Amino acid sequence: MLNLLGRRSVILIVLAVMMAVLPLLFPSSYYFRVASLVWVSALAAIGLNILMGKAGQVSLGHAGFFGIGAYAVAIGPAHLGLNALLAVLVGALLSAVLAFLVGRPILRLKGHYLAIATLGLGVLVAMVITTESGWTGGPDGMPVPKLSLFGWRVSGSTTWYWITAGLLLIGTWFALNLDDTPTGRAFRALHDSEVAARTAGVHVERFKLQAFVIAAVYASVAGSALAMMNGFVNPDQAGFLHSVELVTMVVLGGLGSIVGSIVGAAVLVVLPQLLTVFQDYEHFLLGLIIIVSMIFMRDGMVPMLAKLARRARS
Amino acid sequence: MSELLQFLISGLTVGAVYALVALGFTLVYHAADVVNFAQGEFVMLGGMVTVFAYAAGVPLPLAALLAVIVAVVVGLLLYWLAIAPARGASAVSLIIITIGASILLRGAAQIVFDKQFHKLPAFSGDAPIHLFGAVIQPQSLWVLGGAALVVLTLYYVMERTLIGKAVVATAANRLAARLVGVNVATVMALAFGGSAAIGAIAGILITPITLTSYDVGTLLALKGFAAAMLGGMGNPLGAVIGGLFLGLLESFGAGYVSSTYKDAIAFIVILAVLFVAPQGLVGRRKVERV
Repeated sequence: MLNLLGRRSVILIVLAVMMAVLPLLFPSSYYFRVASLVWVSALAAIGLNILMGKAGQVSLGHAGFFGIGAYAVAIGPAHLGLNALLAVLVGALLSAVLAFLVGRPILRLKGHYLAIATLGLGVLVAMVITTESGWTGGPDGMPVPKLSLFGWRVSGSTTWYWITAGLLLIGTWFALNLDDTPTGRAFRALHDSEVAARTAGVHVERFKLQAFVIAAVYASVAGSALAMMNGFVNPDQAGFLHSVELVTMVVLGGLGSIVGSIVGAAVLVVLPQLLTVFQDYEHFLLGLIIIVSMIFMRDGMVPMLAKLARRARS
Repeated sequence: MSELLQFLISGLTVGAVYALVALGFTLVYHAADVVNFAQGEFVMLGGMVTVFAYAAGVPLPLAALLAVIVAVVVGLLLYWLAIAPARGASAVSLIIITIGASILLRGAAQIVFDKQFHKLPAFSGDAPIHLFGAVIQPQSLWVLGGAALVVLTLYYVMERTLIGKAVVATAANRLAARLVGVNVATVMALAFGGSAAIGAIAGILITPITLTSYDVGTLLALKGFAAAMLGGMGNPLGAVIGGLFLGLLESFGAGYVSSTYKDAIAFIVILAVLFVAPQGLVGRRKVERV
């Protein structure tokens, strides 16, 4: 079965089956909401993983693109009279253009310098969103009009569960397929060594830029989906802490592992929900979890489990 | 003219704090090769512990000393409990660990202290000094003087003492340092403790001017990082110059251009500098080995 279908199809089928079966176990709409949050975060994390895990470039400001997507569906319909779906596309396009323009000079940088430059970019986007309150509602955020498709008003946590699940399936499918394309191979080559990749004829700058733009579009679409689902946006979605959460999802799940990003997103979304019991201790525990998992699961959860499974088999 | 002087003074005061945060960054980066995002939390601890100890009746100098001690202990614990066990992890993992530590410390401060803003009395009164039409808060002089003292002390320690030489040796080549008998782990712990002390001092000095709360650390850490970058990571003198430069830019930018985007200036500067000089202003080009 496994050999017949290939690894990619198996992952997609398992994911789809899980998405279809989970609702049978959910006792209330609250569970649908949390699961939708996981799907949306996983979508953004997978995009970031293409950049970090595959192409080997860090971004500590990715929530900036998430914020652009989120505010596109808020500002587009409210101020410009755009159709909501069109606003999603405009947001994705804006993110892609920004990533394309800024990516070229930023991606020349390496290591800590790249980290701080992307961080600066993300913080700037968040600052613009917070400051231009005439457009964005400032620090308090703004409401997002309900999505309506051909006269059908999309609302309810169950509906959004299926929409976000569908988006995540598409995102996963694209990311998994990318691996075996010339682009995917180029990403891996420049991840291992830029000099070697260049020598082998890989146009390093172009492929880094591609990975950056792809990751930006993923984050932007995820942002739009979350904003429409919540019916509300605020600047925190573009903030530094959210960028950190996205990076943590990727690294916690496992750099380069697409399944890992989904697992990482699930952990980081579900844990705070469990921790609301200890409301005052939420940040303290989140920090503790980040530190402990980084120390003891350096390769990330999924690669580590895979390694354990292989060892158990042999 | 008096306006210019006013912006200059406030810029230098804020810049001195950025310089101290940047200096802490640099010290840890130099010795342990870690970008410590929890650096801003040391500044927060310095301010908050002093405020609460002072409110509990401890005399101000003792409260300040206590705050420095608490920060140093936290810095050492950060190294022993979070950084040392993660030895050999990638740069990104280490950055995430320190960000986790920063979230953890902020969460702890929220529990131990509270979520309010707090103020300290100025160390030598609030009577402003008038100079060529500009007004100077006496506390500004404390900030500038204190920062200068910290910089000179650090310079002396690094250049003239055996401990300083051990730090420089560790930064230059960890294996070689170990071979000549330097206890590398101790040096790194010292760097964390030292940078915590520097951060706490900055927090104590600035609190009478800017107030403090459990979450002042993040923005300070980011700006201190920007300052350290400007000066070329790992260069102490560069960190000081970068900090003062950033403070002046913010102050003049807020005064002459736009005060709503004052906080954005640091990040625009980072991006601009990196676009022009990808290795920092003072950094040298590195060659990658395949």
